[in-house]
Amino acid sequence: MRYAETGYNLEIDLSRGNIERVETDPKETELYLGGLGTNAKLLWDRVPPEVEPFSPDNLLIFSAGLLCGTPATGCNRTIVTTISPQTELMAFSMMGGFWAPELKHAGYDKVVLRGKSPDLVYIWINNDKVEIRDASHLKGKGAIETAQLIQEELKEPRAQVAAIGLAGENRVYFASIEQGRSSASRQGLGAVMGDKGVKAIAVRGTRDINVAQPDEYMELCNEVLEYIKWRNENPIPGVMPILAGLGSPQEMKVHDEKWHTENFMWGNSRVRRKGFWNQEIAKEWMDTMESLRTRLISCYNCPMRCGATITPPGAPTYMMKCFSKLTYTMAAFSDLEFGLGIAQSATEYGVDGFSAPQVMAFGLELLENGILTDDDFPGMPEDNEGRFYWLLERIVRREGIGDVLANGTYWAAREIGNGAEEYAHNNIKKHEQLPLKLSMLNPIYFLMYCTGEKINITQIEGQFPQMPYPKREHREAFVKDWFQVPDEKFKQYFLDWEPRGENSIPYYPTPEMCCDIVDWQERMHYIDDALGMCAGLSSFPLKPPYHIHNYPKFISAGAGIDMDEDLLTQAIRRYRTLVRANNIRRGMRRKDERPPEDHWKKRFPELEQKLLDTYYQFKGWNKDGIPTQESLHDLGLDYVYEEFEKRGVYSDNGPDHGESSSDATSAGKEKEG
Amino acid sequence: MGEKNKKIVKTIKVNADECNGCRACEVICSAFHAEPKYSSNNPARSRIRVVRDPLRDIYVPVYAGEYAPAECMGRDKYVIDGKEYEECAFCRASCPSRDIFKEPDSGLPLKCDMCEGEDEPLCVKWCITDALTYEEREEEVEEQPEQDDLEMGLDALTNKYGMDKIIETLARMSEAKQG
Repeated sequence: MRYAETGYNLEIDLSRGNIERVETDPKETELYLGGLGTNAKLLWDRVPPEVEPFSPDNLLIFSAGLLCGTPATGCNRTIVTTISPQTELMAFSMMGGFWAPELKHAGYDKVVLRGKSPDLVYIWINNDKVEIRDASHLKGKGAIETAQLIQEELKEPRAQVAAIGLAGENRVYFASIEQGRSSASRQGLGAVMGDKGVKAIAVRGTRDINVAQPDEYMELCNEVLEYIKWRNENPIPGVMPILAGLGSPQEMKVHDEKWHTENFMWGNSRVRRKGFWNQEIAKEWMDTMESLRTRLISCYNCPMRCGATITPPGAPTYMMKCFSKLTYTMAAFSDLEFGLGIAQSATEYGVDGFSAPQVMAFGLELLENGILTDDDFPGMPEDNEGRFYWLLERIVRREGIGDVLANGTYWAAREIGNGAEEYAHNNIKKHEQLPLKLSMLNPIYFLMYCTGEKINITQIEGQFPQMPYPKREHREAFVKDWFQVPDEKFKQYFLDWEPRGENSIPYYPTPEMCCDIVDWQERMHYIDDALGMCAGLSSFPLKPPYHIHNYPKFISAGAGIDMDEDLLTQAIRRYRTLVRANNIRRGMRRKDERPPEDHWKKRFPELEQKLLDTYYQFKGWNKDGIPTQESLHDLGLDYVYEEFEKRGVYSDNGPDHGESSSDATSAGKEKEG
Repeated sequence: MGEKNKKIVKTIKVNADECNGCRACEVICSAFHAEPKYSSNNPARSRIRVVRDPLRDIYVPVYAGEYAPAECMGRDKYVIDGKEYEECAFCRASCPSRDIFKEPDSGLPLKCDMCEGEDEPLCVKWCITDALTYEEREEEVEEQPEQDDLEMGLDALTNKYGMDKIIETLARMSEAKQG
């Protein structure tokens, strides 16, 4: 008997219309846990680097995490994995909501899609019965609308539906997959789903999910729930509101947006508005939120209220989460009502709430600076807000300039040329980042930005405070009940971290300490992504209920796999390395691992090189960021080494993603393809 | 006249306005009632279900009540504050008209037992958003001597046929049996 997992994947070949239920090897679970871990293995085994994102041979994997659907609070995430059309690397984006537990109850851990359907279809998984159904009547429908229509036609309101909107159908490089109150948004997973001709996957399950040691498991779950209650009543003092509590974060609940609006950049990640937040705006935005918000809502089996149902005037209700609350508002220099309004359209069309507003602001910046002209924007309204709505329409339909912008700022800039590249200034590995521009280099964030293969800082950071506390007594108070640390030394790192002087950034924490800190932060996210745990209860907040000390017990009691901290750390290193191996095989190298050039004003080239050297060595990677033979062997990944050798990876610097003309051609081809 | 007796009334107060729709109540209910306890979970077996339609802001946690062998002659539909609730949304019965409150494989009816043996029902314990809270209160009830089933049946027959007819019939049946 398999515990926590079901032991079966659904393999669907869309070209042939073939559906198979395939038993998985429990040994793979031990080695790679599940979710992201086993997804990385499937991609390694079956998607060689020659496979283009929009090739029928690309896989699109929807995976429940190992512990999804068990009573562990907040364990509900679906990990979606494919090759990204935007970065051309392994993409893995997660969504909360209700889909992954339902898939487990239907009897599957993953849905693996390959091939391409000639016509638009949706997949209906109802326990043992799995069908590929015609979706021609859903063409062009919004993602939320699609979910409702499918539930109605199946007469199954309890079916959970993950769907794409028009952006996914039209292969917009930052198209999302929307589901429940959540979405898998980053890196264009929705575009791959659209390319495969799949409008939606609906799932309903009524089977049991078993755990190996029921009493032990329930005790762990109860401890977590008690701690959440305690933590809700005891927010962390001295940090911005969203970091004081738990959650992913609970943005819909928080009214005080001083920190985001004054520290994050407006427009195309350009303008910092110090002093923006005043009483008048605070009141206006609170009134907006209170009048448009119907209810604070949660994902499956989680008491955190990170989402909300929002009804903008004259528009249908949708479910809003997280920082998309502000991204449209800030990109357009507008107000909260505009942001919550356009997000309704953006959710139905299914676009990433980080990239989409930035791409639109980028387009308008090019117009203001004469790189694009009015002829490129025929019929665009004069007013600021109207322009954003107009651009969104063009992008999701791939009409005119929208067709260029639909590839994201990196590819669009290359296609437009004429100096447009300067304006695509906020990318890492071709992917739009949070609009943050800061002064002094932060060595911890430098490493995370460079080497994080999620390519999205909010999904890499956490655990360790973002900045030092001003006074030692505050730091002492903070470390007092900081039991989540993997080792006591982390407390000392924080205690000695000063805002100014010798022990301040960029030289403190030292490169060696930064390695420890970044490795811890990354480790927690990688565990979450294999288990299906929401980062909002684990890797993202300070002092979370799940940590390196109780996770091994959860895995032992839940999945029946003997686990301790060392074994777990080793397993994470294994599949984390496999994620990197997939990308290295696709050409990613050290030269790709850098933050946006203007992310920090004060840069330290020598220190930065030292940071990377030290971190690579710490991780068992060579100077070029490639895992070494020795480290691969230690992790039982000799097969990766063999493949690297066969392909001459160690002697190859990877394809040149610089400014060469051959690359511009491939961008053009990408668009037509 | 019956005697005055004290009785504990157990009440789960459902504040639907506070429900966040997470269904933790369904998870823990099905885990508690699994055999062996906590060995599995499955909301389809839960004795509490959240009738839930987020886009219409409908959240109704409903508990499994009595088994009804036949469905009602008609169905009910509520509209409250402009929101139309699905048919029989507030009904607790395990009934042929719908698939909730039945074991998914056998179809046997399920009924909330308030988690016997626990300090409070576990759905309440796990609902830390306080949509579900638990109250116990003492109530004085007038204890009527309980009629048993046989007596109830005979009472009904007497009303219909008259006492003489019933006695006559019983006597004849008894003779026939002995003879």
